[in-house]
Amino acid sequence: MSYIPSSLKERQEMLQTVGVSAMDDLFAVVPSALRIKKLKLPSGKSELEVSQMMHKMAGKNRVFSAIFRGAGAYHHYIPAIVNSVIAKESFLTAYTPYQAEISQGILQSIFEYQTMICELTGMDVSNASIYDGASAAAEAMTMCRERKRDKVLISAAVLPMTIQTVQTYCNGNGMTVELIPQKNGVTDLEALELLLNDRSACVYLQQPNYFGMLEAAEAIGEAAHRAGAKFVMGVNPIAAAILKTPRDCGADIAVGEGQPLGMPLSFGGPYLGFMAATTAMIRRLPGRIVGETVDVEGKRAFVLTLQAREQHIRREKASSNVCSNQALCALTASVYCSAMGPSGLQEAAQQCHAKAHYAAQQISAIPGFALRYQGEFFHEFLTETPCCADAVLAKLAEKDILGGYPVSGGILWCVTEMNSKAQIDALTSALKEVSDTCN
Amino acid sequence: MQLIFERSREGRSCSILPACDVAKTVLPETMRRANAPRLPMVSEIDLSRHYTELEKHVYGVNDGFYPLGSCTMKYNPQIDEEMAHLPGFSGVHPLQPIDTVQGSLEVLATARNILCEITGMDDMTFQPAAGAHGELTSMLMIKAYHHSKGNTKRDKIIVPDAAHGTNPASAAMAGFTVINIASNKKGCVDLDLLRKAVGPDTAGLMLTNPNTVGIFDENILEITRIVHEAGGLNYYDGANLNAIMGIVRPGDMGFDVIHLNLHKSFATPHGGGGPGSGPVGCKAFLAPFLPLYTSSVMSEGTYRFNQPEQSIGSVKAFYGNFLVVVKALTYLLTLGAEGVPEVARNAVLNANYLRVLLSKKYDIAFNDICMHEFVISLARMHQENGVSAMDIAKAILDNGMHPPTMYFPMIVEEALMVEPTETESKETLDKVAEIYLAIYDQAIANPQSLHDAPVTTFVRRLDEVGAARNPRVRYQF
Repeated sequence: MSYIPSSLKERQEMLQTVGVSAMDDLFAVVPSALRIKKLKLPSGKSELEVSQMMHKMAGKNRVFSAIFRGAGAYHHYIPAIVNSVIAKESFLTAYTPYQAEISQGILQSIFEYQTMICELTGMDVSNASIYDGASAAAEAMTMCRERKRDKVLISAAVLPMTIQTVQTYCNGNGMTVELIPQKNGVTDLEALELLLNDRSACVYLQQPNYFGMLEAAEAIGEAAHRAGAKFVMGVNPIAAAILKTPRDCGADIAVGEGQPLGMPLSFGGPYLGFMAATTAMIRRLPGRIVGETVDVEGKRAFVLTLQAREQHIRREKASSNVCSNQALCALTASVYCSAMGPSGLQEAAQQCHAKAHYAAQQISAIPGFALRYQGEFFHEFLTETPCCADAVLAKLAEKDILGGYPVSGGILWCVTEMNSKAQIDALTSALKEVSDTCN
Repeated sequence: MQLIFERSREGRSCSILPACDVAKTVLPETMRRANAPRLPMVSEIDLSRHYTELEKHVYGVNDGFYPLGSCTMKYNPQIDEEMAHLPGFSGVHPLQPIDTVQGSLEVLATARNILCEITGMDDMTFQPAAGAHGELTSMLMIKAYHHSKGNTKRDKIIVPDAAHGTNPASAAMAGFTVINIASNKKGCVDLDLLRKAVGPDTAGLMLTNPNTVGIFDENILEITRIVHEAGGLNYYDGANLNAIMGIVRPGDMGFDVIHLNLHKSFATPHGGGGPGSGPVGCKAFLAPFLPLYTSSVMSEGTYRFNQPEQSIGSVKAFYGNFLVVVKALTYLLTLGAEGVPEVARNAVLNANYLRVLLSKKYDIAFNDICMHEFVISLARMHQENGVSAMDIAKAILDNGMHPPTMYFPMIVEEALMVEPTETESKETLDKVAEIYLAIYDQAIANPQSLHDAPVTTFVRRLDEVGAARNPRVRYQF
């Protein structure tokens, strides 16, 4: 099966029109020594057989009925309308909207997405999205580079994969990366003040941070700005519905992982990186941007704009090599935000906050599971563990619960609107059993 | 069309969440946001109609012929989508214990094995999210390799001028200086210029073969030899793999590292611009430099992630666009050993058939047997009749079809780059040729009508200059 419609007879007619007698003649230019005889692969299979093979592989994965794990990927409810919209075949199978006259649907949906990201972050402008939250952070670092400012200061309380990604990009572009130590689960402001100097390009802070804690973002932003550096915040888009906006915290750029906005966990992808900035930085944004304009008859229309930044024009002098966006994921986020609405998204955020606090209270009361850090948190929190984290988590797995993620000797728990009180109580009683056997 | 914000009515909403079943909590006032985000307030029927209306103004592969050169807009099989939606794939957390995600690791390992066989590579990572991301990953690996040998002076990457713009941009992001070399009269690599360009500072070459004018470079072995002898590495841009898969392998042509576009050659949908997947394959000697969380390996009956010793690090979080790999694997299992070369042969046949039909009137750049795509030049037409490649493209829109890629590659004046793919039938190509040839006649008889095109589309030509001069990139409430 190869989805080729032409019959063998038609292929023969076409070969004749081209003026060759056999398919192989079309490849005469390929040195014969290089041509392979046959791929060492199994033969092609029918749709039914392939479906069975893939079902079998999917069946080797375990989908937990209760999930208390986040650490960069979050389990949220996805309204039914989200999946019905993104399954529309034209959205699914179109390419980047280069031909604006027949692509207004996609262009408008991206314009709406950009507006929603601006609303969530409080920023002026947004791009059409990039690969994921970690690569968005890495691209933001490059945006902040000035002639003599080539040092990135990134908090140690940032998702480790984001730090790794920023480090990898900086190994390429020659910027240096320094970690700002954390103290009591939050970024150490005093240590930051000592690290800042006239080489600092930017400070990167995650809100809520890797440990779930809420950072004193404004104070960190002020310190960055005092030293002449830019302030970049990585934010959780659900938390953003109720937390002070990056703009109000003084951020020049806000980025984040958009997965919580309607994308399933999917073993890590595809997800969505959002990037928003102040108007002053619009021409430094990487990737696609959609703008509003008019057609020759004055009718409102949308188009890919500010392309002078991009690689197909600027080549090696471009602001980035990014030439795509995660359009279908951006559409997912837009439909999600529209279905939830302002009150629904705030309600989801508040439920995350309330349930996480209820769970933290219950769990930390169990001997051996004390909270590691004191202070404000959103929907994740780190506890100690009375015995090896893996043993605790294995016990929970027996009860079909995916427990928190093992982090520096403790366990990082995540609670969302998906976790009912009954689920949290079941988790708590399971942990009590574990605690009893450990002690 | 109304914006979703213009459909919004105070107090309207969809009913999604139950009431909170634990005690309410309050954030400290200093941390709370001042105002709720102004998201749309709509009911579900508003949403449904909004997106149904938007979809009417989108053109996908399902709508018709989509010959975007270099983008391989082939049909996206439905079974691939269905498999990606299996809860066993979409419902697993990326940080689950390894014994609970063996199915995901089997997907990655199986896809790697098949794609390594097709490309002649030894190992592969699926972490890069798109082609350009794979290019960057490859460049960082080449850099890490040279540095591991103490060769910090190899800081130049050679890029032919026919290359995609992402090639030089990716090399620059990896910290390399880009040496552009002009193509020869056949649109291929100029061997003399290449010999002059290489030296002790050469880190590597970036090349697409077949190249962007649809020609397989017959000197490929000589090209990769010149670079290797100078101490550089050869990187293969997989954008055009559809033409040659199952026929000839980049690994046998002398390439050391490659990226693939699963959303081109392997039939995963483009999604309006993404998500794609840009896996990077390499020869064994480069495998220690692959990204973290790279290909999964089987030991003692269990798959585990490989963490290469001298890894370049991560280029994104987690393991790549996993569900896209699920779709590509479904496609690959369906094709099998015979299907893969059959795809290439028919992609090449379709391109040549359409090239021959169109060459009755249009000038074809480098008009000879091509691979999966060919380039029309409207330079003469533009000079004689004032009709540009853009005008022709817009007239194609009026015929209800998606035009070819415009103004690329840059080495052809007034270029239209046509890639029909293997999934188009003979009668579609015949119809396309009829329409294109009629547009040619129209361009000579009535050039103004082409300057005015399109006239049948939802909107007409846009003020792009105004959009860039005065950017309005969000709705103003």
